[in-house]
Amino acid sequence: MAKLTFKSDDCKGCGLCVDACPKKVLALSKDKINKKGHHPIEAVKPDDCIGCAFCATMCPDCIITVER
Amino acid sequence: MVVFEKPKSLTDVSMHYCPGCTHGIIHRLVAEVIDELGIEGKTIGIAPVGCSVLAYNYFRCDMIEAAHGRAPAVATGVKRSLPENIVFTYQGDGDLASIGTAETVHAAARNENITIIFINNAIYGMTGGQMAPTSLPGQVTQTSPYGRDVTQCGYPVKVCEMLSQLDGPEYLERVTVNNVKNIRNAKRAIKKAFQNQVEGKGFSLVEVLSSCPTNWGMTPQKALEWIDEKMIPYYPLGVYKDRSANKEAKA
Repeated sequence: MAKLTFKSDDCKGCGLCVDACPKKVLALSKDKINKKGHHPIEAVKPDDCIGCAFCATMCPDCIITVER
Repeated sequence: MVVFEKPKSLTDVSMHYCPGCTHGIIHRLVAEVIDELGIEGKTIGIAPVGCSVLAYNYFRCDMIEAAHGRAPAVATGVKRSLPENIVFTYQGDGDLASIGTAETVHAAARNENITIIFINNAIYGMTGGQMAPTSLPGQVTQTSPYGRDVTQCGYPVKVCEMLSQLDGPEYLERVTVNNVKNIRNAKRAIKKAFQNQVEGKGFSLVEVLSSCPTNWGMTPQKALEWIDEKMIPYYPLGVYKDRSANKEAKA
């Protein structure tokens, strides 16, 4: 099973990874705010992740690590 | 098994770029290529002036900060004095296509054995969104509020097309990073540009069409669509010069 880890404090909430995900696994957090003052990304459907790493490829800040 | 992680050639410093700016993606591609070619210890980067002026904080290799537009001249000096090292410059359009045009054209004409990563986002990002030499006709910027008027401001500079007329350069390609497929293609081009230098082939320049959500006044998503809709029709993607490929074709 694929596993995603986020370096949430570096997330700028641009949401490019959300659009890149073919399985709609990711969403911007609605209640959390990180050190930079953005709503960081989180996995809302982690079990659907197929580990394609499209999200990490799109992320400008390298905050996503993908394991499979 | 780790499928994707931050490349070793990037430091742990959090980048200062705006949310959704594709500079971060291109930094990562360069770092991945440095990792893959195993040239981390002998690579020297030349940082420009512009948004990526702080690039020396992000790459885990020796970096030199050049005066505005002079990165190809500095790279020439470094490469000629340290020919065993791999020298790359990372420049924006205000740096390379405006104030540094002379340095760029002559480095290409001399076929200096350096690699240039040229980021074209059609605007001056760091200074607040003024019209750049690469701004599209009709594009609204801080200094062209009614759209770029080509009768007054002239036409955009197409760097790859311009340099492809010279006999000097080894390899010129234009790519973009607005989706996963294009990012993979961009990485292939950047890798080839570094590989050319390792093999001593000569001047390699990769132009990357990039986005500037903040100064274009768009969401990051809209900005990537704008690249597809407006920039690619004016700046067609593709290989503009590849001497080694031509030699193979003739042989």
